[in-house]
Amino acid sequence: MHPLLTEEAGKTLLLLGNEAIVRGALEAGVAFATTYPGTPSSEIGDNFFRIAGESGLYFEYSTNEKVALETAAGAAVSGVRAICSMKHVGLNVAADPLMTLAYVGVRAGMVIITADDPSMFSSQNEQDNRIYARLSGLPLLEPASAQEAKEMTEAAFEISEALELPVLLRTTTRLSHCRGAVTIGPLKHPKEKGVFEKESTRFVPVPAIARIRHKVLLAQAEKARGMACLSPFNAIIGTGKTGIAASGIVNNYVADALDDLGVQDRVRLLRLGFTHPFPEELAAEFIRSVDKILVVEELEPILENDLKVTAHTNGLSVPISGKGPELFSRLYEYDPGMVRKVIADFLELDYDPPKPIDVQEDPEPVELPFRPPNLCAGCPHRATYYAVNSVLAETGTEAVFPSDIGCYTLGLLPPLKAADFLICMGSSVSSAGGIARATDQPVIAFIGDSTFFHSGITGLINAVHNQHKFILVVLDNGTTAMTGHQPHPGIDIKPPGWDKPSVSIEAIASACGVERVAVVNPINQAKTKAAVREALESNELSVIIARAPCPLYERRMLGTKKTRGFVVGPECNTDCTECVDTFGCPALYRNPAPNAETTMIINDNLCIGCGVCIQICKKIRPKKIKEQGVQ
Amino acid sequence: MDSYRVYFTGVGGQGTLLATSVLAEAAILAGYHAITSEIHGMAQRGGVVESTVMIGDVKSPIISDGEADILLGFEPVETYRAMRKCSAHSVVISNTVPIMPYGVAIGKAAYPNVNKLFDFIRSRVKKLFTVDAQTLAKQAGALLSANKVILGALAGSNVLPISRKAFEETIRTKTKKAFVEINLKAFDLGFSNTTGE
Repeated sequence: MHPLLTEEAGKTLLLLGNEAIVRGALEAGVAFATTYPGTPSSEIGDNFFRIAGESGLYFEYSTNEKVALETAAGAAVSGVRAICSMKHVGLNVAADPLMTLAYVGVRAGMVIITADDPSMFSSQNEQDNRIYARLSGLPLLEPASAQEAKEMTEAAFEISEALELPVLLRTTTRLSHCRGAVTIGPLKHPKEKGVFEKESTRFVPVPAIARIRHKVLLAQAEKARGMACLSPFNAIIGTGKTGIAASGIVNNYVADALDDLGVQDRVRLLRLGFTHPFPEELAAEFIRSVDKILVVEELEPILENDLKVTAHTNGLSVPISGKGPELFSRLYEYDPGMVRKVIADFLELDYDPPKPIDVQEDPEPVELPFRPPNLCAGCPHRATYYAVNSVLAETGTEAVFPSDIGCYTLGLLPPLKAADFLICMGSSVSSAGGIARATDQPVIAFIGDSTFFHSGITGLINAVHNQHKFILVVLDNGTTAMTGHQPHPGIDIKPPGWDKPSVSIEAIASACGVERVAVVNPINQAKTKAAVREALESNELSVIIARAPCPLYERRMLGTKKTRGFVVGPECNTDCTECVDTFGCPALYRNPAPNAETTMIINDNLCIGCGVCIQICKKIRPKKIKEQGVQ
Repeated sequence: MDSYRVYFTGVGGQGTLLATSVLAEAAILAGYHAITSEIHGMAQRGGVVESTVMIGDVKSPIISDGEADILLGFEPVETYRAMRKCSAHSVVISNTVPIMPYGVAIGKAAYPNVNKLFDFIRSRVKKLFTVDAQTLAKQAGALLSANKVILGALAGSNVLPISRKAFEETIRTKTKKAFVEINLKAFDLGFSNTTGE
C-alpha cells in the first residue's frame, strides 16, 4: 500500500512538504488530481499517480498547466473535489483560466498548488506567485512546515467550498523539499462522481455575466478577508513592543532567530499563513500594539506594502521596514543566519555572528575544479547535438540554436554549445521563426518531446502558416526526463498498468502542414547527419524527430542491461583529444596513469554501450563483455 | 535541549539523500525532533547534491554559512568546497576517495592534493574524521553501500547523541530488504575504521 494511504490516524510520519500536501488532500477527500511536472512541485503529482493506481482517485499528467487547471476546474464545477499542482512558471501558462475561473468559481473544493523557487535552484526565474493571488482575487495560503502543509491543504478545500472559489496554496523549494514530522488524521472517503448542474448565468462569462461575476468575486474576497482575520494560521504572538511580521517558510527563520538571540519578550510577532486577502483588522491590531515593524518575506515586498496600506488607512504612523539596504533583499531565498543578523540589527543588539571558514585563507590556496551537471553517458541528446554540430562544421556554417526546457538545455555547456536563446516552455519553436525572419542566419531549434506536447505545437502551426524557415529538432527520449521520468502523450515505453493511447509526434508535425518531417535514431550518426544535411540544404521548414529512449528510463522500466562495451585501441597515443573536445561523453576521459598506453580511456562503469563513440573515432572499438558482472 | 545541524554534501549517485533520511529517522527513533532539506535538481547528472538534517529544537530546515555543527562530506573536494558552512566549532567527517569532476577527467583542470585539503580543514575545525568509504563498501559487498559507511563513521565519531542501535534499526527498516545485511556491515566497517586526529 502507498504509505500516504495509511489509515492509522494519529501516527507521525516523516514527510516531504510535497507528500504532506498529498496527504492533506486525501484527508480532505480529494477525488481528482492533475499536474504538469516541474521542480519543485513534481513529487505531488508523482505521489498522486501512484495512489491513483491503488484507489478510486482520478489522476492525470496533463499536457500543460493550462490544460491541467482547466481539467481540474471541470471536475470542481461538477461537484468533485480537485487539486492541481504546478511549479511557479507553470501558473503563467495557466494564468488565463485562473483569472476567469476566479469569476465563475467552483462548486466543490478546488486547490491550486504553486511551487515557487526563490534562488532558482531549477528554474529560469524567481517570480513571486503571491502576486497571482492579488491579480486573480483568490485566497492564498503559505505553509511554513510539512505539518502545516498538510493542515493548510485540508483547510484550503474547506475555504474553497465555503466561498465557491478555487484557493491557491503557495510553497517554495524549501517547503516542498523539506522533510518533517507530520501527524496524520483520518482519510475522508472521496466523492468520485458528481453532476454538472447547468447555470449559464454563472458559468458562461459573456460580458453581461462577467460584470456580475466580478462583483461576486469582490464580495467573496471580502468574506475571505474576514476568514483570514479569524484563521488559526494567522496569529499575533508575544507582547513585546517591537513588531516582526512574516509569512510562510521564513516564519521558521524568525522563530529560531528569536530563540537564538533570547529576545522573545521584546518582540511581538505577526505570524501569517493565510495571507490573501490580507487580514487587515488583525494587522491593524498588530500595528497599533508595537513601536516599529520589521517585515520578513522572501522576494517581493508584498506583506510590507499591505501593512503600510493598512497603517495608512488606519491613520497609524508606526515605521514599517522590510526591503532595503542593510535590511532584506528582493533577491534569492533567505537563510536563518541572515534573518538573525537583520533582526539583531533591528533590535540594536550586539551580535557576533558565527565566523564561516574561508578557504581563501588556506596558506596554499587551492583552485577547486568545478562540477557542473552534465548530460549522462549514453544520452541520445548528446548524439543529436554532435551530429548537428558536425554537419555545420563540414560546411563552416554557424547556426543559431533556440533551445527549450528539459535535460537537453544542458547542451548549452561546452563542448556542445547547443543553446543560444531560451525563455520558457515552447519558446524554441516560436522564437526560431522570429530569429529566422529577422536575420539571414540559419536557425536550428531544439525542443524535447514532453515540451513539444506542452507548448510546441501552436508555434509549429504558426511557422507553417507564416512560412518561417528553420529546422526544428524534436529530442524525443520517450519520457519527461528532467523532472523524474513522468509519462507524456507520446511515450512508447509505458509504466506498468498504463493503458493510455500514444499520440505520434510525426503525425502531428505532418498534420500541422510541415512537408519535411524525418524520424532518425541519433545513435546512428550517419543517418542523423544525412537528415540534418538534407534539411539544411532544402532551406525549408523541416522537422527532425531524433528518437532514442532516455537510457536511465529504459533501464528502470525494462531492466535493460548493457550488451556491449568499447575500448580505446593502442593507436590512441597522440595528443589528439578531439573526442572530449567535440563530443564530451563523461565515460571518455584522459588516462591519468603516468606511462599510460593510450591517451584516452573509457570508464566501463559509466559507459552504457551506446556506441556513438566508435562512429566518431576509428581508434575506439567494441569489446566483448562478460554475461556476468556487468552492472 | 541540545540541537545539531548536520550538512551533507556529495556528488549525484552517492546516496547522500538516502543517508539524509536514515539519519533523520534514526534521530526520531532516538527521541529527537528532526527535519531535513534537500536540493534535488541535478542529482542524476553528476552535479553536487547538498542536504541537511536538523536534530533537536530547530525549526529552520537550512544551514547558514558557519553554522553547521557537523559536515558529512562524501567526496574530498566537495567537503572542502562546503567549508564555508563550518566554523571552528564544527566536526567534519569526510570520505577520502575522490570522484573526478568531468573537467579533471578530460585533463582541462587539476584535482587538488587530498591530504593538503584535509590539512587545511584539520587546522580550522574542531575535529576531522576521515574514512575510505569505497574500500570499506566494497568489503561490505556493494559499492553503493558507501553512504552507510559514512553514516557508520558519523555514529563512531560519537558527536551525536544517537545510539548505534538506533542507526542499525533504521537501516533495517528503511533500506531495501535485499541490501540490509550489506548495509549493516558497511555501517559497522565505517563505525570501526574511521580515523580522527
